[in-house]
This record gives sequence, structure tokens and C-alpha cells, in this order.
Amino acid sequence: MAEVRVENLTKRYAGAPALDDVTLDFPDGQFFGLLGPSGSGKTTLLRAIAGFVTPDAGRVLMGGQPVEHVPVESRQIGMVFQSYALFPNMTVAENVRFGLDVRRVSGPEAARRVGEVLDLVQLRPYAARKPHELSGGQRQRVAMARAIVTRPRVLLLDEPLSALDKSLRLDMQIELRRIQREVGITTIFVTHDQEEALTLSDRIGILRDGRLIAEGPPRAVYAAPPDAFTARFLGEANVLTGTPEPGGLRLPGGTLIAVPQGTTAVAVRPEHIALSVAEPAAHNRIQARLVGRIFAGAMGTCVLDWHGQQLKVTDRDQDMAHLPDTGPVWLSWADDKTIGLKD
Amino acid sequence: MTLRIAGRLWLALVLFFLYAPILAMAAMSFNASPFYQLPFTFSTEWYVKLAGNAEILAASWQSVWIAVVVTVIATVLGTAASLAFFRYKFPGKRLLQALLFPPIAIPWLITGTAMLIFFFAIGIPRGAPAVIVGHVALAVPYVIVVVSARLAGFDPLLEEAARSLGATQWTITRRVTLPFLAPGVIAGGLFAFAVSFDQFVVSYFLAEPGDMTLPVLIYTAIRKGFTPEINAISTIIIVVSMLVMLLAARGFRFGGDR
Repeated sequence: MAEVRVENLTKRYAGAPALDDVTLDFPDGQFFGLLGPSGSGKTTLLRAIAGFVTPDAGRVLMGGQPVEHVPVESRQIGMVFQSYALFPNMTVAENVRFGLDVRRVSGPEAARRVGEVLDLVQLRPYAARKPHELSGGQRQRVAMARAIVTRPRVLLLDEPLSALDKSLRLDMQIELRRIQREVGITTIFVTHDQEEALTLSDRIGILRDGRLIAEGPPRAVYAAPPDAFTARFLGEANVLTGTPEPGGLRLPGGTLIAVPQGTTAVAVRPEHIALSVAEPAAHNRIQARLVGRIFAGAMGTCVLDWHGQQLKVTDRDQDMAHLPDTGPVWLSWADDKTIGLKD
Repeated sequence: MTLRIAGRLWLALVLFFLYAPILAMAAMSFNASPFYQLPFTFSTEWYVKLAGNAEILAASWQSVWIAVVVTVIATVLGTAASLAFFRYKFPGKRLLQALLFPPIAIPWLITGTAMLIFFFAIGIPRGAPAVIVGHVALAVPYVIVVVSARLAGFDPLLEEAARSLGATQWTITRRVTLPFLAPGVIAGGLFAFAVSFDQFVVSYFLAEPGDMTLPVLIYTAIRKGFTPEINAISTIIIVVSMLVMLLAARGFRFGGDR
């Protein structure tokens, strides 16, 4: 059952839709990544679930019950902000205990629970410190501890890692996932970083201009993006446009790609394309001109020009050693790697 | 180089004209001669006389309690107004904010005259309540300016974080917002106290003739004939105010953070 569900959620700011008829289930105990470029409405969606944003239409349900008349402070949520928003006048322990204080949990019970979550985030030795005496990663973990100590129904994370530098961010991704698994709490995570969303989430949802355009397990959405935007936004993609024919899609250069009728474009991931100098036997093949090679350690990327459009192919660097520096080459891929796109 | 010397000279001049009259007055309060005659002969005579001067003591008490009441009312009103300006959007907000500044700029003589006429017209008699209302009206803008300056550095997400943790508006204000604002609230309160305690014009117009505050009494005393007891009470006021301001300055840095 879905602990949190939004139905037909719509919100406009000065006429422009921030959320446009979004319906989405956030399954119980799962880690859900909301992904989209800035201005896509993902933060508005999170804030509507929290109750900070009142939708113009549609509703939010928690545990099956609509919550439009439940104020933020009664929604039993835990929230982590990008800037952490730790109370500067309180110690780490006082910050964590705040939610228990307002719920009138006190004495040994409160002390025990504060101790437990501080252990969980490995910050018990820092209990007496003030936030300004902590590093960014430690502050992030205090914010997590403070949000989960009240045992909320849902944990809402608003870009919680984007203020950290890259190496610390990778550590905190693992840490965040560990904490979420141990507590087993339904978590909704907003990010503009597609890699972060793919790494952390059980399911992802992709928002664009306030509309939900894709939703599902990360692998499924990555393997079958519904449109060119999603294909390019989630990883890299070569989008090939052609003319629809009864047998499929006719690409410039004459290759016919077998796709359902009406498909106007297909996408192929750079890692799914094989390069060769000789014409391959594969059915899906196009000829392009190799214009450059980018060396990036174990993996490399070939940049190609195909009828004026730039394509990319990635492979192990050693497997591309036989290719010339420039000149005509063949690109080919297996049938099941063709992604038919809607628009 | 010459610029440096000129700068130092300028600073010395400013400090001289700021503090020399005060120091002269303090010195004279310890001089035995009632007519400021030199040579200086040390005496605490005027302080002893002051202790027995019921009129000055009554006026001092009047000034202090009025200033305390004004401080409490103006600080509460001013802090609440600052929070409202910070938290809410409402029609006429900018106009209201703009209206706060003219009272600071209008000469107190004019404000005092206007208040006297207005209070008379609506039937508020002269006396301590009228003085308090007048002082509060003058002090609130100062409190709002000082508290709002502190609020400008407050992260509104802290209030959202507290709400998400289940806190009501009152709990948020008490446990999150006010502790952050405390230095600004204290500074605003000190300003309010100073505005009231130093206030002459408005007090002069609005107080009952027999019920004077200290500045009014000092003014009347000068007109009647100056006695060095005035030097003595003024010196006490200066020492006390400076101590209060120094303590306040130690407790927090004006303008700076934390």
C-alpha cells in the first residue's frame, strides 16, 4: 500500500504551472527519487506533500486519508533541507530532541531515542557541539537524525546532498541509503542530479514543466525512456530522427529501423553502440564520420558526425584502439537496444 | 601622511567636543563652590544635598518607571511588528513600513506639539499615561528598525524546519526565532529606554506640571537658577547610562553576527 499518494495535484504561480495534474504513489518503505531540471516542479511537489504549499487542485493522501486540512505541524513528516536548517542556538542533542519536546516526549524516553538516532548517524560524541562547530557532512547527518527521531510517516529530503563536495556526497549517498534501510521509512528525495537519483532510489519519477513524464524503477526508466527529454536527461542518449514508414522508421542514409508505426524518433545509449570500420552485418547500422576521441581512463568516448548531428559512443578504451583517429565508421546496435520515443 | 594627521586631529576634535562638556560637568559636581569658581576644591556636598532633595528624587523615580514601562511596551510591540513584517505578506505592508520612518525624522518639538493638541482634542488628560503613550509612539520605530536588522539575517527555513518537526507557531517563536533575535530585542529595548529616559520635549508637553520627569525638572531648575545638585544627578545619569551601554556592547556586537 502507498503511504503517500498525490492525486491530480496542480499548482500555478502567477499563471505558470509549477505542478500540472500530477498523480503519483510513493510506496511504503521505499526510497523514491524525484528528478527534474530546476523549475520542473519537484520542490513544489515535495512542499505540497509537506503542507507548505497549498495546491490549487488535487489532493495529497497519507495512509489513505486526504490531508488538505492537516497543517504541516500535524502531518507527522520528517524533512531535511538543502541548507540543513539546524537551529544555531541549540546543541546537536537539543536539535535532535526538538521534535520530541514538542510532542511532550521527555525524560529517559527522550534521552534514549536521541541516543539511538545519534548512534545511527554515528554522531553521539558530538552531542554537545553547536551546529557551527560541525563539518558539512556532520550537519547533514544531524539534520537526518532530527528528522527521523520523531518516527515520521514519511521522510522528505530536499536536495540534501547538493551543498556537499563531490567525494563527501558519494559517502553520504551510501550513508543516507543505509539509514533509510535501517529505519525502513518511506522516503521522498528531490534532486537535480540524475546519477544520485539512479544510485539511491527504489523508484524514480521525472518531472518536466510541472508534469510527471516518467515513473518506475531506475533501470526500467533508464532502459525505456518515453521521450527524447527523458532519454537525454537520464544518462546520455543519441536521438535519431527519421521519417515514419509502414515498416518502421526510415533514417537519413536509408536505414530502416523496426519500430512500431508512427514512431518519429529513436534513442540509442552510447554504451550500446558498436563501432567498426568494415560494414557490420547487424540490421541496425548507420554510417557516420569519426571526428574525435575523448580519453577518460578505463572508458573512452568517440564523437561522431552523422548528417550534421553529433553522436556519442562509449566503450572500454582498449576496445576502441583499432579505430582511426578520424574518417568514416559504421555504428551498429542490437534490436532490443532501440528505444522508440513518443514525440 | 598629512591626511593621516588631519584625520587624527579631526577625531580628537570630535571626541573633545563630545566629552569635554560632560567631563567639565562631572568635575564641577565634585567642586565645593556653588558658582563654579576655581581653584577646584573636592567636595561631595552636592551629592549629599541631592540625597535629601525630594523633588529631584521624585523626578528620577518618575523618569525610571516611565522608561521601564515604555521599554516593555515598545519592545513587545516593535518585536511583534518586525515578526509580522518578516513572516507575512499583506496589502499595505510597504506603506506601513514606509510610515515607520517619518516619526524618526520629524523634530520632537513638532511631534510633541501635535501630540498635545491631539490628546487634548480626544480627551486624554496630561499626566503619566499620556507621557507613556507618547514615548511608546516615539520608541516603537527604533525597536522595529533594530529588530528588523537582526531578522534580516534569520533563515526562514529554520521556522519551516521547526514546523515540520511538529512545533506550533508559538513554540517556534519562543524556541527558535526569539533566541536568535534576543540581541536585537535587547538592543531595541535599550534604544526604547534611552528614547524615553532622555525625552524632554514630549514629556514637557504631556506631563502634569507637578509630576515632572528628570529632564523636565532639570530644564525648569536651570530656568529658576542652577544648583550644582543638577551636575550631581546628571553625572550619576551619565555613569549609569554608560555602564548599561558598555554591558550591552559586551554582551553582543552591534551590527555583526553572533
